[in-house]
Amino acid sequence: MKQALYTIKSNRALTRDMYEMILEGDTSDMTAPGQFVNLRLDGFFLRRPISVCNQEGDTFTILYKVIGHGTEKMAQMKAGEVIDILTGLGNGYDTAKSGDAPLLVGGGAGVPPMYLLARRLIAEGKKVTVILGFNKAEEIFYREEFEAIGVKVLIATADGSVGVKGFVTDALADAGAYTYTYACGPEPMLKALYNATDVSGQYSFEERMGCGFGACMGCSCKTKYGNKRICRDGPVLTKEEIIW
Amino acid sequence: MNTKVTLTGVTLDNPVIPASGTFGYGYEYAELYDINVLGSLSFKGTTKDPRFGNPTPRIAECPAGMINAVGLQNPGVDAVIAEELPRLRSVFHKPIIANVGGFSIEEYVHCCEKPDKEDGVAILEVNISCPNVHSGGRNFGNAPETAAEVTRAVKAATKKPVYIKLSPNVTDIVSIAKACEEAGADGISMINTLLGMRIDLRRKKPIIANKMGGFSGDAIFPVAVRMIYQVYEAVKIPIIGIGGVSSAEDVIEMMLAGATAVQVGAANLVNPFACRDIVLDLPRAMEKYGIDDLTSIIGGAH
Ligand SMILES: Cc1cc2nc3c(=O)[nH]c(=O)nc-3n(C[C@H](O)[C@H](O)[C@H](O)COP(=O)(O)OP(=O)(O)OC[C@H]3O[C@@H](n4cnc5c(N)ncnc54)[C@H](O)[C@@H]3O)c2cc1C
Ligand SMILES: Cc1cc2nc3c(=O)[nH]c(=O)nc-3n(C[C@H](O)[C@H](O)[C@H](O)COP(=O)(O)O)c2cc1C
Ligand code: FES
Repeated sequence: MKQALYTIKSNRALTRDMYEMILEGDTSDMTAPGQFVNLRLDGFFLRRPISVCNQEGDTFTILYKVIGHGTEKMAQMKAGEVIDILTGLGNGYDTAKSGDAPLLVGGGAGVPPMYLLARRLIAEGKKVTVILGFNKAEEIFYREEFEAIGVKVLIATADGSVGVKGFVTDALADAGAYTYTYACGPEPMLKALYNATDVSGQYSFEERMGCGFGACMGCSCKTKYGNKRICRDGPVLTKEEIIW
Repeated sequence: MNTKVTLTGVTLDNPVIPASGTFGYGYEYAELYDINVLGSLSFKGTTKDPRFGNPTPRIAECPAGMINAVGLQNPGVDAVIAEELPRLRSVFHKPIIANVGGFSIEEYVHCCEKPDKEDGVAILEVNISCPNVHSGGRNFGNAPETAAEVTRAVKAATKKPVYIKLSPNVTDIVSIAKACEEAGADGISMINTLLGMRIDLRRKKPIIANKMGGFSGDAIFPVAVRMIYQVYEAVKIPIIGIGGVSSAEDVIEMMLAGATAVQVGAANLVNPFACRDIVLDLPRAMEKYGIDDLTSIIGGAH
């Protein structure tokens, strides 16, 4: 973990309520895809946890959905502004377990960490397929970005306006054979995936956080391997240890 | 310039102490800075048996503060003594405050007897904001009689200084502090969190699974200062001031109200360097306010 100041390079809307922010600063503690950062915003007591979507050299990208006052404030920030951020939080995904042809599944605000994960897996020579789940066509983001790095992209929309109609699990049949799964998204999506496939994997969870670095026990969950803190021992849990 | 203060014969290099439940057993912070800059450290509330605590969500944000309903998650006193304390002592060489909770008089006694025998533990801090399972779940800290009963039982079973940590969710905190002093308490820690609630407008239900939780952070500072001021006038034993401290100025203000040392809680969670920053900033603040010896300002506002 590192606390430092990061400068906004760009901040733009991808859809009506999904934004992309690129930041510059010390990224030395970001060690794995699936980790998150915790942003301190003026006027808010708690920090805001957001997954790392991409990282290259001393810049990194976050994608955030505007849902409340904090993310609303983030959406108004401009290039050049500086944010106090804790980086390198959480365990992240272990790419060593993926096999040759991993399947990535991201739903809504769970799509972002899949991008850095996909890049890392591709760099390791793996054949990557991703299923992205959205409610409707207007909410789709990062499809081209995934395609540009050589990922096979399948889209599921709840209203059927693009891709398979239904949930991410309805697109599983089109994914072909896969060796492992990596997932991030709302809990009902994770649970549906858990039940829909026998293939092992790693699932990323969300919880309301006090600190985000393991000190307050605000984010605890029970697993088959004992109590864990989502912020420090997670957010990624292996499929085998999850208790729903 | 002298930042040393003394709590019942235990001298601290400075009055800054991380508050129980916001610093774990120090490891996460020790990765960030040398925690030996701290005066002392109060570790996570310890109970007889391991506890998972409450269901999540356990955290809700508030203006200038937060609500927590962790529910005393801890590995139980035996694991704390066997595993956590030795690990803490390998990185932290200052006096340690053992914070204990309990749901019966017997449990408080049990949880105090064990750390009482441990080197490195300097003070026992007894959190009486816990429900008594033998009397309909009423908090021990809610009445002078039960607060005194816990104090008497723990004092009879231990040798180290006993500080009783008071709940602010009472009508008359002064009468409770006095009852603890009369029952033999060596000091008072105050205040614990204020009961609070937030409601999620989308779900139209309380955010916290437990519905209610403990409100703390900047917002409660004036409540803490007021209560410390009142209790200082009523008791002779030292007070560890707690509640909303986040700066060196806050430390000075709380000491003027009557605190001998202070604990920093929620501020650590949003700024992991909060305690270190306060310690490093104290000399500047002391100079600014013409203070040469911190001990000389204790209760100075009276
Ligand atoms: C490990 C992790 C990674 C995340 N990654 C992303 C991401 O990449 N993109 C994205 O859009 N969102 C992500 N989230 C969710 C994001 O943290 C919340 O949407 C955000 O904190 C909402 O802040 P707000 O002020 O707009 O909402 P408000 O509702 O006003 O926030 C009030 C409080 O509740 C907390 N809170 C509200 N919703 C959530 C939530 N879903 N999870 C955790 N805390 C919450 C806030 O942090 C704040 O403390 C992630 C959450 C976690 C735990
Ligand atoms: C997440 C969290 C956990 C806490 N756990 C304990 C505990 O185990 N025992 C205890 O006596 N107090 C506990 N407290 C209360 C604090 O020690 C402190 O009394 C209170 O938060 C007020 O200080 P603050 O405003 O600086 O946070 C906890 C507070 C927080 C925020
Ligand atoms: S949020 Fe504090 S321990 Fe996870």
